[in-house]
Amino acid sequence: MTAGVAATRTRAGFYLDSVALMRISQAVQDIAGVSAASLMMGSPSNKELLRDAGLLDADAEAAGPNDLVIAVRADDGDALRAAFETAEAALRGPAASGRGEAGWNPRSLETGLRALPGANLAIVSVPGDFAAREARRALERGLNVMLFSDNVALAEEVALKTLARGRGLLMMGPDCGTAILAGAPIGFANAVPRGDIGLIAASGTGLQEVACLIARAGGGISHGIGVGGRDLGAAVGGAATLSAIDALDRDGATRRVVLISKPPDPETAKRIADRIAASPKRFTLCCIGMEPMDLPGNARQAATLREAAGDAFAGAGVAEPERTLEAALGRPGRKRGTVRGLFSGGSLCAEAQAVLMSAGIRFFSNVPIPGAGGAESGHRLIDLGADEYTRGRPHPMIEPAVRDRPLAKALADPEVGVVLVDVVVGHGAHEDPAGRLAAVLAAHGREAPVVIASVCGTDEDPQNRSAQVEALRDAGVVVAESNAGAAETAAALLAG
Amino acid sequence: MDDRKDPIQKLLDGPVSVVNIGLAQFARTLEGEGVAVVQVDWSPPAGGDRRLIDLLDKLGA
Repeated sequence: MTAGVAATRTRAGFYLDSVALMRISQAVQDIAGVSAASLMMGSPSNKELLRDAGLLDADAEAAGPNDLVIAVRADDGDALRAAFETAEAALRGPAASGRGEAGWNPRSLETGLRALPGANLAIVSVPGDFAAREARRALERGLNVMLFSDNVALAEEVALKTLARGRGLLMMGPDCGTAILAGAPIGFANAVPRGDIGLIAASGTGLQEVACLIARAGGGISHGIGVGGRDLGAAVGGAATLSAIDALDRDGATRRVVLISKPPDPETAKRIADRIAASPKRFTLCCIGMEPMDLPGNARQAATLREAAGDAFAGAGVAEPERTLEAALGRPGRKRGTVRGLFSGGSLCAEAQAVLMSAGIRFFSNVPIPGAGGAESGHRLIDLGADEYTRGRPHPMIEPAVRDRPLAKALADPEVGVVLVDVVVGHGAHEDPAGRLAAVLAAHGREAPVVIASVCGTDEDPQNRSAQVEALRDAGVVVAESNAGAAETAAALLAG
Repeated sequence: MDDRKDPIQKLLDGPVSVVNIGLAQFARTLEGEGVAVVQVDWSPPAGGDRRLIDLLDKLGA
């Protein structure tokens, strides 16, 4: 039995987006004496989560998708009261609202278009059950679409992308979190200068890492087009990727193109390769974990994000400097044992796997790249952004507290010698992920394993990459120049 | 504006102009970057009732 007291409150007809609700949930959760706090809309899937947590009472059960449920478990009545007061105050505050200055925003796409008749892009981030409908309505009104929502059925994705291709529109997503269009950062994107390298990515953090490595080496990005994680699968057949290649082919600002994806379906890969052969531009393909593929003369394959960045812009793919390994060797505490990788970026986790594999190290991953996984070596590379970690919870890029518990566990595990982490900053990301990491590290002694990190971002990002690096170094973390470099440093420690 | 250009080319030529349906933080970021954006305060249509939504769509509402 769970100790303490639990209660719920429901606010009928009070809709708030999931990110705003998760931020408030975290603030309530942080109150002393509160063991669980959840603010959710009363959709069937959310009520299931509350039931699993033992927080679904009769009132919450009766809530609908337009009703807000506040559910709390606390040690005693005082903590429970404090929790509800904090939640209610937050719901009254500005953070709970995206209200315009006039105190009123349009409530539909149609009224939105009346307010901004020249709009050329719709960003859709409503719950998955409703997302395809909103995206379709936007396409039908001639708007390009970035569909951030996940949990959209594959058949709906195919239908949306077919509709978009027929109308000459860009359909980015579903599950597309990052784009940079004509200098505008869309979703989770970094502040990078404009330049002549175009990116097409089925992966948000893959796009971010390549863009930031190029930017930090002095290059720039013309556009970064997201296509969604399933675009190069057999069912979708690269529909959005082909539209993006067409667009960047015609784009005068783009000289080279980097394509970033999981290994594509073989037939789709051939279709993409044929399309690239007809392009006058140079391409770099980075499909982490993919065997060498037949490519036309204007294309090269890169095994890692760093290699892809370096192929597109000289200087962006330099090897990790010796001093990173030296810094790791100079740290007090354990350096021998197993590697525990705790990633917020899926592609960053995949890239670390590729690096360890090429060093001959076997490991387990919850999201294994081809040829990896299942090994009993004790090394573990975990993507904390995978569905099993984010069901009903914020993505670790938005709320790095998600990593606190697995990180504390790894630091206390006598078998673990190296902890490998990524810190992703930029628009949309948490305001201080390094600070959160440092707070967890401070609770562990000098005997804790060495922690190796990389910071994906730029100094122009709201968090300032250099400040994040400094905060990590102050906390005793070894900071590599890139995610690939961090993984190489971990591999070198194991080999040492 | 050159009407012979297709909608994707127009988007990439910029400026980007956004209708944001959902997470308000995306609109706040774009506003901060000087991008034209209108935030739509979305909530589930027809109280989230799927059958009613399908019916509305059929009626073209």
